[in-house]
Amino acid sequence: MRRWSVIAVPYFWLLLFFLVPFIIVLKISLSDVATAIPPYIPVLDFSQGLSGISDFFAELDFENYAFVFSDELYVSAYWSSLKIAALSTFFTLIIAYPIAYGMARAPREWQPTLVMLVILPFWTSFLIRVYAWMGILKKEGLLNLLLMNLGLIDEPLTILNTNTAVYIGIAYSYLPFMILPLYASLEKISPALLEAAEDLGSRPWRAFWQVTFPLSIPGVVAGCFLVFIPAVGEFVIPDLLGGSETLMIGKTLWNEFFNNRDWPVSSAVAVILLLVLVIPIVLFQRNQQKQREAGA
Amino acid sequence: MSGRFSWFNATSIGLGFAFLYIPILLLVIYSFNESKLVTVWGGWSTKWYAGLLDNEGLMNAAWVTLRVALLSATIATVLGTLAAIVLVRMGRFPGRTLFSGMIFAPLVMPEVITGLSLLLLFVAIGFDRGFWTVTVAHVTFSMCYAAVVVQARLFDFDKSVEEAAMDLGATPVKTFFEVTLPIIAPSVISAWLLSFTLSLDDLVIASFATGPGATTLPMKIYSQVRLGVTPEINAISTLMIGVVTLGVLVASYTTKRAAARQRRETRAVDAGAA
Repeated sequence: MRRWSVIAVPYFWLLLFFLVPFIIVLKISLSDVATAIPPYIPVLDFSQGLSGISDFFAELDFENYAFVFSDELYVSAYWSSLKIAALSTFFTLIIAYPIAYGMARAPREWQPTLVMLVILPFWTSFLIRVYAWMGILKKEGLLNLLLMNLGLIDEPLTILNTNTAVYIGIAYSYLPFMILPLYASLEKISPALLEAAEDLGSRPWRAFWQVTFPLSIPGVVAGCFLVFIPAVGEFVIPDLLGGSETLMIGKTLWNEFFNNRDWPVSSAVAVILLLVLVIPIVLFQRNQQKQREAGA
Repeated sequence: MSGRFSWFNATSIGLGFAFLYIPILLLVIYSFNESKLVTVWGGWSTKWYAGLLDNEGLMNAAWVTLRVALLSATIATVLGTLAAIVLVRMGRFPGRTLFSGMIFAPLVMPEVITGLSLLLLFVAIGFDRGFWTVTVAHVTFSMCYAAVVVQARLFDFDKSVEEAAMDLGATPVKTFFEVTLPIIAPSVISAWLLSFTLSLDDLVIASFATGPGATTLPMKIYSQVRLGVTPEINAISTLMIGVVTLGVLVASYTTKRAAARQRRETRAVDAGAA
């Protein structure tokens, strides 16, 4: 009895506030738009009983989905989200790798402190960290001021409200997610392996590419998923740092919902976004499973 | 790898940490700027902080945020700890796969989708949106993070201690409160802190779940940030950074001490047994 009550409480909570809402999104994505409150006409009306269900199948259409796919804006927003997320993930990897490498090779007694210093900014509000970059990147901002004073540029660069600012924002905000798995896999590599490579006449650079890097691939894969998956649906970064040319689906969904008040279409956009993300999420899950089994 | 930093490692760590910390540092420094212009340094001043106290909207939002965070973190920690026990200790039961899926999914779900789906639920059941809906939304995603944190600790620890207590006649509830909970306590505290900061931080989900009268601090900051960089926002950001940093440092110090004490005690027990 007691066993069941322990299971039931969190189970019921998640069913009610995670699964049911999702089913509602699915249902509304199939409804028609209406100028009413709530602004949609439900297709599936349970109060009608069996005839409601048969009406549902009779009137079932995917017009909101058809609309999303036929509109250039949405399709390119999905593409551009994937592209921006992929590029930012790559930049994050390039920045994070040397840091994680340095941490893994640092004196042992320093390592817990270094890990803590990587995590600390992550506790600071995401919004504030993105906002900090607005002051740096804007036209009369601190970066332009520095570069002009150094005489490197004559005209201020336009960085804020471009895709470049979005790449910087994502790389900055998600850096700890990349550093930590990289560090975890690099730290496990025995220095004896590198010494062996050196003894056999391998130069450091070659030893890195043939020994260290292949052994760190599990960390690279885990880190890339941890950055890529949330970056695709990101809203705050493209909204604050990106410009009018920056198309990302999280921002599109937000505008569709709050500005156009088109609930059925925003629900359809959400369902498709989730379908797009299912592939990387499942791959990530499988990869984690494989790592756990290899570790056991 | 004991000994010294090589020049390459020291440089990459130095540059990396500069990248991580300089933006935050600049934000803090410019919150003390006398001038309203972000790039013009007009000397030190704390006038923007004094202005915050008079800003009633901001103070109300801060109060709402704090209440939501305290309440949602506490409920999320209880539910998350229960969920972790279910996942690690309960073995197989019908619907287990669905349960672990529902714990994992919110961690990777884009915030816009979580927010949208919760809002549509609240509209569908006709629940008035405001303080309570934001709290419920925060509990739902925080409890999954809490469950993962506590689960990791439950995996490591020796089940035989619990079994010994039950063999000695303790009821499962008594065993939980007197044996299990003290052992997993550091992870329960971390779970609470994580839930608390996640709630403090959230903009997207709160924007969907909220209603009139329950504007949170991130929502307030966001609406001002969209208009541009101002010293007032730097000041309020600096205060938030200060509070969170202090909290994390104190928490990590106390959990480290608790862990050290626990290690000493286990060692004493082991020595006694030998």
